[in-house]
Amino acid sequence: MANNKNWHTVCHKQDLIADAGICALINRDEQVAIFLINNEQVYSIANWDPIGRANVLSRGITGDEQGEIFVASPLYKQRYSLTSGHCLDDDSITVRHYPTRIENEQVQILA
Amino acid sequence: MNTSVVTSEKQSSTKQKIVVIGNGMVGHHFVEQLCLSAGAQDYDITVLSAESRLAYDRVHLSSYFSGKSAAELALTTPEHYHKLGVKFELDAKVVSLNKNDKTVTTAGNKSFSYDKLVLATGSYPFVPPIEGNDRQHCLVYRTIEDLAAIEHSARQGKVGVVVGGGLLGLEAANAIKQLGLETHVVEFAPQLMGVQLDKSGGQLLRSMIEDLGVQVHTEKATKIITDGQDCNHKMEFADGTHLETDLILFSAGIRPYDNLAREFDLALGERGGIVVDNHCQTSDQDIYAIGECALWNNFIFGLVAPGYQMAKVAAAHIKGEDKQFTGADMSTKLKLMGVDVGSIGDAHGKTPQARCYTYENQVAQTYKKIVVSPDGKHLLGAVLVGDTEDYDSLLQYALNGIELPEMPESLILPSLLGEKPALGAESLPDSATICSCHNVTKGDIITAIDEGNTELKQLTACTKASTGCGGCSALLKNVFETELGKRGVEVKKDLCQHFAYNRTELFHIIKAEQIKTFEQLISKHGSGLGCEICKPTVASILASAWNDYILEDAHIPLQDTNDIYLGNMQKDGTYSVVPRIPGGEITPDKLIVIGEVAKEYNLYTKITGGQRIDLFGARLEQLPEIWKRLIDAGMETGHAYGKSLRTVKSCVGDTWCRYGVQDSMSMAIFLEERYKGLRSPHKLKFAVSGCTRECAEAQSKDIGVIATEHGWNLYVSGNGGMKPRHADLFATDLDDKTLVQYIDRYLMFYIRMADRLQRTSVWLENLEGGLEYAKSVVIDNHLGINDELEAQMQAIVASYQCEWKTTIENPEKVKRFRQFVNSGKSDSNVQFVTERAQIRPAREEEKHPGERIPTIDITENRPV
Repeated sequence: MANNKNWHTVCHKQDLIADAGICALINRDEQVAIFLINNEQVYSIANWDPIGRANVLSRGITGDEQGEIFVASPLYKQRYSLTSGHCLDDDSITVRHYPTRIENEQVQILA
Repeated sequence: MNTSVVTSEKQSSTKQKIVVIGNGMVGHHFVEQLCLSAGAQDYDITVLSAESRLAYDRVHLSSYFSGKSAAELALTTPEHYHKLGVKFELDAKVVSLNKNDKTVTTAGNKSFSYDKLVLATGSYPFVPPIEGNDRQHCLVYRTIEDLAAIEHSARQGKVGVVVGGGLLGLEAANAIKQLGLETHVVEFAPQLMGVQLDKSGGQLLRSMIEDLGVQVHTEKATKIITDGQDCNHKMEFADGTHLETDLILFSAGIRPYDNLAREFDLALGERGGIVVDNHCQTSDQDIYAIGECALWNNFIFGLVAPGYQMAKVAAAHIKGEDKQFTGADMSTKLKLMGVDVGSIGDAHGKTPQARCYTYENQVAQTYKKIVVSPDGKHLLGAVLVGDTEDYDSLLQYALNGIELPEMPESLILPSLLGEKPALGAESLPDSATICSCHNVTKGDIITAIDEGNTELKQLTACTKASTGCGGCSALLKNVFETELGKRGVEVKKDLCQHFAYNRTELFHIIKAEQIKTFEQLISKHGSGLGCEICKPTVASILASAWNDYILEDAHIPLQDTNDIYLGNMQKDGTYSVVPRIPGGEITPDKLIVIGEVAKEYNLYTKITGGQRIDLFGARLEQLPEIWKRLIDAGMETGHAYGKSLRTVKSCVGDTWCRYGVQDSMSMAIFLEERYKGLRSPHKLKFAVSGCTRECAEAQSKDIGVIATEHGWNLYVSGNGGMKPRHADLFATDLDDKTLVQYIDRYLMFYIRMADRLQRTSVWLENLEGGLEYAKSVVIDNHLGINDELEAQMQAIVASYQCEWKTTIENPEKVKRFRQFVNSGKSDSNVQFVTERAQIRPAREEEKHPGERIPTIDITENRPV
């Protein structure tokens, strides 16, 4: 597989929900959960909840744990860091984390 | 890497040169031990790695298949090594070792001289000498490259076999199962995990794994692997049977990488392994061996924790400190394919005259055994399958030689008659190891607390306790709180770290200050961004107080998934749809519409325990269309998703029934219409029965109403569910108006006072003064707040709206229900199969393989 990564433009900034998530599809079958926090920072992690085994992370509640921004899975409530994809409740689990930016009001994901 | 500038050349002349061969977990741990200690500047460290990347977490290798990337598994980075001043070479396999000149040479023909050499070369997977073992799609499970090869191979096949039913073999089986293959495990011995488990434990593990769809074949010796008819390979076994498969993973144990020692004359064990002493020194005083290549006391430790201990010992010895390796605990606790397994010490009871206690529960699928000393005073070993809850305390008994209670069996028996003898944090000696991953003792924790780490977060940060496997977190918390308690520190009961108030206090603040949004509340009375605890709690309070549309932009991020999508999320991420059917009464026309919708969208249909119809399996993006159909037919949301009024169960009362004494049907419908949409700390259920025969089972509900000759009897705070509670009789022979008044007041009083997610039953039991106090407030107006309670309820009743109606009328809100913001596709992981003529979620092994697991580019972030 190639080493090249591309910025994928997935939606307009207005499609994001403040302090909550939406889901985008990239690379044919890759689901990415995108979150807008504090109306400025935008983060993306995989939408797949490896514990609940379903594509639901975009539908969880966001928050912070001592400043570490996370989303809690809606299935069994494990929290995943939005800055690293690391599971705050189970050290052995990390979901993929994607660099994300807003360019000209467009949301872009590096993958 | 001969890039040292002149100054460092000068320094290095006074420094001791340490060369480490191997950069696995243990080799890396050694480097950190040496670099992060005082005097690190005295060493000039060079790491030679045969792999093309720096150390990574091999213990959690299988998480690669659940989405972890190679970079995320990494234990260090080139930058980090640069910062530590550690030189390293990748793809640098060492081929020659000259003990006299004290140099080693790599395959690339580079030489490195050393003062001290550390062999951390690890081990390699043993592949049994079976003819055909080198065919294509015959693989091992050891490195990140192996995983990439397995993933690649799995995409081209349907069936996978793991040869070896040990710990690693079962991990490997889980991995290929996750990749969607029909999975088999072939084991030579008569049982699984023979090292850690006894026969009964192994048997139970086998049946649990088979229930998960993995086929286990024991006592099978593979003779030859040849071409298959339906698959790539055919494995022929010594007993004449055979098995066809596309992929074979060998996981039949490890062998130490000891060839350097072998070729260059260091002492070896009879069956391999580099012989080391208690300082981890080999037969050459300047050469150390640590981890899985080292043989100590004729034993190779195949776990990472003993390897870490060896790394510490070797680093200490090089620094001139006298630390000794005296063996290591091989106890393990893990989850294999969702099955809890634990093994402690002498699991097989090999100690002479040891005695065993076993407990087996075939219904719950648990097996527990403890092995105790001949005098019954000490725990020697244990086996736990299906339930490892007791692991932590058993391990403490075993490791610290704590004297067992009079009846040791009480430690593994279910606590039917009161509590188990708890191993309190008090009874542990200061030397007790709490966290074995990082070797943190109770004494270390006490020291850390005394140094001012009085929050659990600080404590774990500075001691690293519970940051490894996390298995000790409950015990750690116990020790922490006990020690804080001893020091007179109050353990806080705040809602969460964002608010230093409980729910009742927040309710009063919100009402008193007329706060309308979470934003206002947290900026004035809290801190941070909030979390999954405080956000829904505040959302519920705001709804109880002001009853706004819950999908207002400001409220959206506060809602649990059920509220935000106005449906109940099921295990596969789909939702269920429940139209309100007040009192359980429904016209044939509406029933037909529900049936038509269920048929059109292929929804699983079930009558609920509360007289309604549940429609399961709706995809997120289908919810608005489904609800539009139902609303057009005159139905509305049943709030089955909310912490709110669910159903009012009923019987037909005196309208139809020979025994009914009041019109319970009309009353049930009236109550359901009145309180529908009311948000509360916990979900609420009502029932109305038309006579004392109690067909509606009103005495197991939060609010129960039973008709009498003279009116209604009101029952409160009953509870079905996990902890059933019979409702209390609150008032008798009430007329309609008084009944409703009392219910208004009782519910609103509960909503104001109760804790987060507290049921009416638990609330009443915890209420100071109990039922009598509640009666004095609601009936006698003891607090003088009844007008207020009634007015508040009236405001809620008056501001009711069907959330689904509001939602489907607003195109912006409907957009929230798209599966993907940039595609009209559906979630390909949501798949159904048919059972009893209806759909149900497909199990893992029934799903179409392939697509759902994100592929990871393993070449990313490769060190250059």
